[in-house]
Amino acid sequence: MRARVFVTLKPSVFDPQGRTIADALHSLGYQNVADVRQGKYFELDLATTDRAQAETLAAEVADRVLANPVIESYRIEVDGS
Amino acid sequence: MRFGIVVFPGSNCDEDAFHAVRDEFGQDAEYLWHKDADLKGADVLILPGGFAHGDYLRTGAMARFSPIMAPVRAFAERGGPVLGICNGFQILLEAGLLPGAMLRNKGLKYRCEHVHLRVEQTDTPFTSAARAGQILKIPIGHGEGNYFAPPEMLQMIEANRQVILRYTDAAGRVDEAWNPNGSVNAIAALCNEARNVVGMMPHPERACEALLGGVDGRVIFDSIVGTFRSAESLALQPSFAGNERSASLSGERSR
Repeated sequence: MRARVFVTLKPSVFDPQGRTIADALHSLGYQNVADVRQGKYFELDLATTDRAQAETLAAEVADRVLANPVIESYRIEVDGS
Repeated sequence: MRFGIVVFPGSNCDEDAFHAVRDEFGQDAEYLWHKDADLKGADVLILPGGFAHGDYLRTGAMARFSPIMAPVRAFAERGGPVLGICNGFQILLEAGLLPGAMLRNKGLKYRCEHVHLRVEQTDTPFTSAARAGQILKIPIGHGEGNYFAPPEMLQMIEANRQVILRYTDAAGRVDEAWNPNGSVNAIAALCNEARNVVGMMPHPERACEALLGGVDGRVIFDSIVGTFRSAESLALQPSFAGNERSASLSGERSR
């Protein structure tokens, strides 16, 4: 199965990269892009066909390695077989 | 006393640290490879600057899982003095040996310059030779030194007097204009609750010789050498020193 993990800075944490991108977009005339938050995206190829197992495994990997819980949170999507 | 300098793939200030402690302070120094299982009898550990494991994912995120980190953790928990400089500080944060995390510098630029630092606390093995309020001029060189801790954690850190150095102007005043990376509360260095583990973004090993533009980093090394010497003269040989057997055993267990 395939898991997608989206890691983003928590809303309370300042994102200097996102702010710079937002400023650049504003200078290009995209005033309607109010703000930008940059994050990380991971695709995990998991050697299991069990959906619950895949979710547990992806969450464990995200907790231990992919995200730093002090500053980041994550969201997981599992699909495929 | 013997310094153990931990070398990760991608460390690049290991030789600077080695040179400083051996040639400038006349102490024993030993490199410890990140795959080593023991600390070779080190009395104090330095995690040097650089880009351990390429800093992939996050700074220090991969280094935290290197085999040497099990005995480093055991050493720290026994009260052994550990100094993380720059990338070493980032590794200590990721390993949970110090609280908080690092973000990209506020201005997104890699900052490489001398900064002014105010000594906040002197009751750590790495600042004991300094005066509270003393201003040090020491270089930084980093792209991710924007220290962050959530409000409750920050409150705890301040209440426990864990902030060791702050970025200031030349007169020792905290001012956002002189905060090179946006660190919360202008934090440049931090210790753990037990005060034996210290992380700092500035590079004291680059400020030990007049030839290199300043000697204000010497006080950090004078502190640890002096701390160890006074412990020795009181015959209070620190019990964390040279305990290789337990260090390597705990390394085994955690694998």
